[in-house]
Amino acid sequence: MSKTTTTTAAEKPVGEVTGPSRGSFLRDRLQQSLAFGTLIVLLIFFSLASSNFLSWSNISGILLATAVIGILAFGTTLVIVTAGIDLSIGTGMTLCAVVTGVLLVNWELPLLVGVLGGIATGALMGFINGFNVSVFKLPPFIATLAMMMIAQGLALVVSGVRPIYFSGVDGFKEIALGAIIPGLPNAVLILFLTGIAAFLLLSKTLLGRYTFAIGSNEEATKISGVNTGKWKILIYTVAGIFTGIAGVVIAARLDSAQPQLGVGYELQAIAAVIIGGTSLMGGRGSILGTLIGALIMSVLINGLRIMSVQTEWQNVVVGVVILVAVFTDSLRRRREA
Amino acid sequence: MNAPLLKVEGVSKSFPGVKALDDVHFDVSRGEVLALVGENGAGKSSLMKILSGIYVKDAGTIYLEGEPVEITGPRHAQDLGIIIVHQEMNLMPHLTVAQNIFIGREPRVLGFLDERRLNRDTAVLLARLGISEFRPTDLVENLTVAKQQMVEIAKALSFDAKVVIMDEPTSALTQTETDTLFRLISELKASGIGIIYISHRMEELSRIADRITVLRDGKYIGTRERTAVTQHEIIKMMVGREINENARPATMRADNVDDVVLRVEGLSTKKLLRDVSFELRRGEILGFSGLMGAGRTELARAIIGADRTTAGKIFVNGVETTISQPAHAVAKGIGYLSEDRKQLGLLLDRDVNTNILLSSLGRYANFLGFMKTGPGKGTSRKYVESLRIKTPSIFATTKNLSGGNQQKVVIAKWLARDCDILIFDEPTRGIDVGAKEEIYRLLNELVERGKSIIMISSELPEVLRLSHRIIVMANGRITGELTSNEAEQEKIMDYATRISQ
Ligand SMILES: Nc1ncnc2c1ncn2[C@@H]1O[C@H](COP(=O)(O)OP(=O)(O)OP(=O)(O)O)[C@@H](O)[C@H]1O
Ligand SMILES: [Mg+2]
Repeated sequence: MSKTTTTTAAEKPVGEVTGPSRGSFLRDRLQQSLAFGTLIVLLIFFSLASSNFLSWSNISGILLATAVIGILAFGTTLVIVTAGIDLSIGTGMTLCAVVTGVLLVNWELPLLVGVLGGIATGALMGFINGFNVSVFKLPPFIATLAMMMIAQGLALVVSGVRPIYFSGVDGFKEIALGAIIPGLPNAVLILFLTGIAAFLLLSKTLLGRYTFAIGSNEEATKISGVNTGKWKILIYTVAGIFTGIAGVVIAARLDSAQPQLGVGYELQAIAAVIIGGTSLMGGRGSILGTLIGALIMSVLINGLRIMSVQTEWQNVVVGVVILVAVFTDSLRRRREA
Repeated sequence: MNAPLLKVEGVSKSFPGVKALDDVHFDVSRGEVLALVGENGAGKSSLMKILSGIYVKDAGTIYLEGEPVEITGPRHAQDLGIIIVHQEMNLMPHLTVAQNIFIGREPRVLGFLDERRLNRDTAVLLARLGISEFRPTDLVENLTVAKQQMVEIAKALSFDAKVVIMDEPTSALTQTETDTLFRLISELKASGIGIIYISHRMEELSRIADRITVLRDGKYIGTRERTAVTQHEIIKMMVGREINENARPATMRADNVDDVVLRVEGLSTKKLLRDVSFELRRGEILGFSGLMGAGRTELARAIIGADRTTAGKIFVNGVETTISQPAHAVAKGIGYLSEDRKQLGLLLDRDVNTNILLSSLGRYANFLGFMKTGPGKGTSRKYVESLRIKTPSIFATTKNLSGGNQQKVVIAKWLARDCDILIFDEPTRGIDVGAKEEIYRLLNELVERGKSIIMISSELPEVLRLSHRIIVMANGRITGELTSNEAEQEKIMDYATRISQ
């Protein structure tokens, strides 16, 4: 695929000083603030439409509903910024949940082992994705599509096509539904903690810098002496860790590992990333945007539900929101050019 | 004297279907500028990519300070002190200047990036190099091509270099920026660094080269002391035949003078253009001269509908026409050959044939939309031959052609489209002397066949040689118009430096 480079052929007047970098900073934030504005508008709209909407129990319900998609979306933001894609996060998450279930329920291993086992499964899948992309040079779409189906199959095989219930496992449910901070479900706490971790990774570490560099111009990054293959493997592995965490959280929230679940989550996560202003062409994106994107989706769904809009129509609305988000993004870019 | 700084012996390299380098040798000493010249596809960039660890050589030895070295990758070359400024831009547009310059060498504290130090180090570097056109925190995508090139150069000079390789560094630079670069080069020389300098601009060689090495078809032809050789001799070594350099255009046939094919009236854009009006006549080459940034590319883009205009009218063959996107322009018979070919002109992953036929595909489809392959291939072959595009076949991937040959493919594409009005933006940038002559000949042939050409060029000799009339722009306005008889370098420069009115 050809890289987008933004060298427009337009010449600038002689001696014109390049605009202050604050300008571009603001412009980069624009999609985010648009998304943020949308979120606020939705909140106002639904709170006017329904008095229940702003109740703490509803808000914490929205946050809880955001947790799984949000965590998945954080990891996938990294991959999308490299101009890649990860379709395996939905069913991958399910496989992680099932592995945790087998470790804790069938094998009766300690809680920590089950949790780490689930996360490690995610990391391994991410590593394999990264390896296929970097070493075998498979297009990310294909590598992760294959992994999506493999994970789906394995989840069914390992679980014996039956849900695994955690009812006998002490403290597992509390991972998502307990409240270390009173009133705030742990799943939401985990959402924020993983968000902060992803934010730091993307904006303050070498991994994040190379994520942007690869998405911006992989060839140039490579000949600058950066081992892009190694870093891509690492990036996909990190995304896999987020998938693993999401798997544990969803299992704890449902108090069971549901092997049939998972398909569709990847698209919702990718939608959140895109609504949040991350470019599918790579090189551009932010974790804060992704969080806002994930919130927009769950606020929409929750609000529509409270207004008793049919589920079928909820999907239509979310689809339209994605179109609008991508459209404003392309408008912005056109204005830039 | 001790061993040369860098010495290359018997280096060969083959790609499928091409022997890019065949037993090549050369050396460069401390504090010396070695110019490496040769036609498009002669193997210059391949040789430099071997030195910088991007390609692996098939045979030969590289000596650094007398010791044989096996260069294993870009990182290794950097560590050895061999630094390259690539022919193609190799920057990450979404990152800042500082982030680009120090990519792979980011300062860190406790595992986290130290952005403050990164920007400080970059500011120090830019100050040392005397570059004030951009700041460490500017995003590279917001810089002009010329400034991006300066970022590349600053990046190369930020290393602790022993050998600096520059592959056509000036092809996108303005005169002042070129002067800045040459000043930097003399500083590098003074500090004992060896420089390998690749360029198609012959006049530059006499300014900075100490010795000149010539390659042709991947083979070593010879090395000369610059003071002991004339430009003419070098060109002859490069192309292996005599070429006639200074032919002026046949003056336009008088009967065409009133036949206006394109009239632009009062064209303005938000950014730069102010009230631009001119006429283009049938069978004419209209040269557009001016400094970089004068607005010539903007004018072309406004005419073809790539950028929005705020005022003005365009008449094609006397009929007022609204052109709101490039497809309309093509439909009206106006083709634009963009200055930035890599980004805007080519499908690099597709073959030469596809690229040449891209804008004229409709002509090679039957009524059901299936492609007729035969006639298309004939057309492609014709242009590959007449433009001397060096490629193993018309089905070779365009990405694998040398820089100059890629350029020729874009030219072939527009020639194949057969537009009545062609706008060429810097048509010979990065193209070797022999092929330039070929392109000049083609342009003349086109106008003789009744086509009309707008030629934007920063190379004055080229404008002077080809144009029937010359329009000079400065700061988004037309500041002067000259006929080919009255045009001379000084007059053009005088108009070009007039700021408005
Ligand atoms: N990766 C590649 N795969 C196949 N062929 C290649 C590759 N790189 C270069 N070549 C071929 O090797 C030859 C030499 O190319 P090279 O880029 O070194 O030329 P050059 O002297 O730099 O020309 P220019 O002046 O146009 O930049 C060309 O025929 C080119 O097509
Ligand atoms: Mg080259």
